[in-house]
Amino acid sequence: MTTLLIIIVIALLGITFWQLSKIVKLSKPADSNDTEIADNKDNKTQAKLMLVFTVFLYGLMFYSFWEYGKLLLPESASEHGHTFDQLMLISMGLLIFVQMITQFLLHWFAYKYHGKKGRKALFYADNDKLEFIWTIIPVIALAGLIIYGLFSWNDIMNLEETDDTLVIEIYAYQFDWRARYAGDDKTLGKANVRFIEGVNQLGLDESDPYTEDDIIVSELHLPKGKPVIFKFRSQDVLHSAYFPHFRAQMNVVPGMITQFGFTPTLTTAEMRETDHMIDKVHNINEIRQENSIELEAKGDMPLEEYEFDYFMLCNKICGASHYNMQMKIIVEEEEDFDAWLSEQQTFQELTAKK
Amino acid sequence: MSVAIQHNESGNAHEEHHEHKQTFIEKYIFSYDHKMISKQYLITGLIMGVIGITMSVLFRIQLAWPGESFWIFDALLGKFAKNGVMDPSMYLALVTIHGTIMVFFVLTAGLSGTFSNLLIPLQIGARDMASGFLNMVSYWLFFISCTIMLSSLFIESGPASAGWTVYPPLSALPQAIGGSGMGMTLWLISMAFFIASQIIAGLNYIVTVLNLRTKGMSMTRLPLTVWALFVTAIIGLVSFPVLLSAALLLIMDRSFGTSFFLSDIYIQGEVLAHQGGSPVLFEHLFWFLGHPEVYIVILPAMGLVSEIMATNARKPIFGYRAMIASILAIAFLSTIVWGHHMFVSGMNPFLGSVFTFTTLLIAIPSAVKAFNWITTLWKGNLQMNPAMLFSIGFVSTFITGGLTGIILGDSTLDINVHDTYFVVAHFHLVMGISAIYGLLAGVYHWFPKMFGRMMNKNLGYVHFWITAIGAYGVFFPMHFVGLAGLPRRYYSNTAFPYFDDLTDVNVLITLFTILAASVQVVFLFNFFYSIFYGKKATQNPWNSTTLEWTTPVKHLHGNWPGELPTVYRWSYDYSKMNKDETDYILAGQDFVPQNVPIQDNEEETMH
Repeated sequence: MTTLLIIIVIALLGITFWQLSKIVKLSKPADSNDTEIADNKDNKTQAKLMLVFTVFLYGLMFYSFWEYGKLLLPESASEHGHTFDQLMLISMGLLIFVQMITQFLLHWFAYKYHGKKGRKALFYADNDKLEFIWTIIPVIALAGLIIYGLFSWNDIMNLEETDDTLVIEIYAYQFDWRARYAGDDKTLGKANVRFIEGVNQLGLDESDPYTEDDIIVSELHLPKGKPVIFKFRSQDVLHSAYFPHFRAQMNVVPGMITQFGFTPTLTTAEMRETDHMIDKVHNINEIRQENSIELEAKGDMPLEEYEFDYFMLCNKICGASHYNMQMKIIVEEEEDFDAWLSEQQTFQELTAKK
Repeated sequence: MSVAIQHNESGNAHEEHHEHKQTFIEKYIFSYDHKMISKQYLITGLIMGVIGITMSVLFRIQLAWPGESFWIFDALLGKFAKNGVMDPSMYLALVTIHGTIMVFFVLTAGLSGTFSNLLIPLQIGARDMASGFLNMVSYWLFFISCTIMLSSLFIESGPASAGWTVYPPLSALPQAIGGSGMGMTLWLISMAFFIASQIIAGLNYIVTVLNLRTKGMSMTRLPLTVWALFVTAIIGLVSFPVLLSAALLLIMDRSFGTSFFLSDIYIQGEVLAHQGGSPVLFEHLFWFLGHPEVYIVILPAMGLVSEIMATNARKPIFGYRAMIASILAIAFLSTIVWGHHMFVSGMNPFLGSVFTFTTLLIAIPSAVKAFNWITTLWKGNLQMNPAMLFSIGFVSTFITGGLTGIILGDSTLDINVHDTYFVVAHFHLVMGISAIYGLLAGVYHWFPKMFGRMMNKNLGYVHFWITAIGAYGVFFPMHFVGLAGLPRRYYSNTAFPYFDDLTDVNVLITLFTILAASVQVVFLFNFFYSIFYGKKATQNPWNSTTLEWTTPVKHLHGNWPGELPTVYRWSYDYSKMNKDETDYILAGQDFVPQNVPIQDNEEETMH
């Protein structure tokens, strides 16, 4: 694949340089009557090139959808994500349709009405009816999208905390994440950066009894089917907690607590078993094997075999290692989750050690 | 030219009036003449453009072949690329300065600065700007600003690297990233000069359009270029002061210990004293300019394209009044949509709903404009000059890029594509590539007016087609990288094996980048060569109706020898037939310049 692409582009580059070599020739018009204004011949040639370009453009679009469509994110692993995917599909469908038609008209007209000796352009300055039609059609289409979008937005952002909700604090700092679970009392203890000291890396307020059973971990575990609300806190600069597979994202802002919530619907194991993911992981491992051969030839370590895991990444520029600020997420059945959580060290246990 | 009223005989009253010889400095450096200032803006803008585009090539090479060593990094980046491997903080610095240079220095000053200065006086029939002195001051403030920005590339701690949006706290704390030290200070000072330059220039443009129109040039007879440049100046005047306030508050947070944007920060083992500020406030202030800014960039391009398209299609622009109405609607809406950059910033979700509503509304005037351009081509007699090709290219990329705005403007959909490469693809097509096409179209079209010579058309064709292929080749596949979930501003995605299958696309994009960037050399050659050795231009090479083509080829101080022209009609009387439909209004000539009185056998239109 890559080789083919490289060949194509090298060919294009070759054409460029070939054209460049003609610069001197081209820049001195052979015919001294040449005015540097497009004449009949130019109009014809350029119109033909316009057709060639149209073929290129549509070819590129179809190729991209065909070849790169596979790269897109898999089905959503969260409940609200299905609404998101649905709305995305409708919007994309609409705009691909508009794109195909308008680009065709634009390029076709540019070809069809290219200048010719003796051709008269039509003096056509206004048509209220036409203009009304193409004002009202976008109005209707957009009204539909706006209403659909706003209802979904309200559903997604309107977080209701019930007894069943799991509240987790996500804590960001240059360049890593921590997660804090509330523990048995189901309440996150107070915290502020001014309390950061020694092992108390998240600045929990030790005088607040609610902090005692809080659990701080570096790998996020989530129970399947249970609504989760995340409370985000940053210790230094802006970060953004981006969960691409769950269609979730919220900025993490120093000095304030932001929130976002979703209900995971697919465990890590289930996601690994989807056809999309099997293909994708297979493909990735092939690429990694190829790269490993190169690396080994240089005497470096080969790449590890890849297995899919959910992740959260930082999506707001936060410093030199921004590109490697991630946290692994494991979605599991509720009993596995409970078992895992009960094994973790509480804040009290952590501080008692010192 | 049967009726066109032109005074191109030499030695008339006006010229004699200004007989004194100008010194080199008066003529080329501290010039008060709007035509010279426009050339200064253009050439400065082009130089900045070369720097900005070179930077993009460098970081695209890094993205395609992450962590590999290249001699070009070693040569250009020095200690920021040890052994030819780009440093991650240098990567961030490059994207930051690339963004800043392209948005502000090339597409704001280079585009609107060049063409506002050139076209406003010439197309409204004025001898110069309302204030030649302020106009000169504005250019030189811009020049100082460029110099400071470029000097920041050479300092020890590196240039600003917090992204072109310079969100604090990252941009406020040198402890967080090296570039937020001296580099950021220089960035802020440079922007303060830039904003001053823009405000002075904008006031001048507005006053000139309102007060100095020649006799008969009513607002509804103005060419769309002037409308677009005029409205651009108004948006700039409304929004740039807000950026200045944001920059000033940031300077205070950085240097004087205030807490406008900072609160509860623990960094490098130390709690900072700042308390009570909010980075979200900065985001509001920044985008209050930042969003109108993209219209400041695109509106002039729209104006230029409308004019060039009508001229080369030999047809009036379709829906002149609707075009003006949509410029005004876009301008108004552009100031109340900034929040769509902040859907997931932590601001109240209700605000998100409001901004979704206003943002999607802006699609309506944009759609009207696109349809009107397409209809302008319909049944035309299209003269395929390079400027026309770039105008068609503009409409194409504006549609492709604009459509994805419907995804990003929808708060729900923004959640998962926010800050990914989908955004990068969207805005580069809709305001980056489109605005550059507008700029290039303008340069090809008005080159004869600026320099009295023609650019080579064959080189223009080579330049256009390869650029068009390159631009789509870069930005169309990029949408898919974003939809795959890859964040922007990542030095490399090797930390995520999940993204390993995006390598092919990244390589392809980089190859197209190199292709598109290298063909700009053809343009630069053509531009500078033609200034000195191009074919001599005739007075009205494109058979255009607007007033700038009634001035003599040789530049005069005061533009017109003798009296200013009087205007009798709008600027789009192309291919208009006489009452009996036997011939064009002026027999054998398919255009009627604005300074030609209404003829006997002509049906009067409302303009």
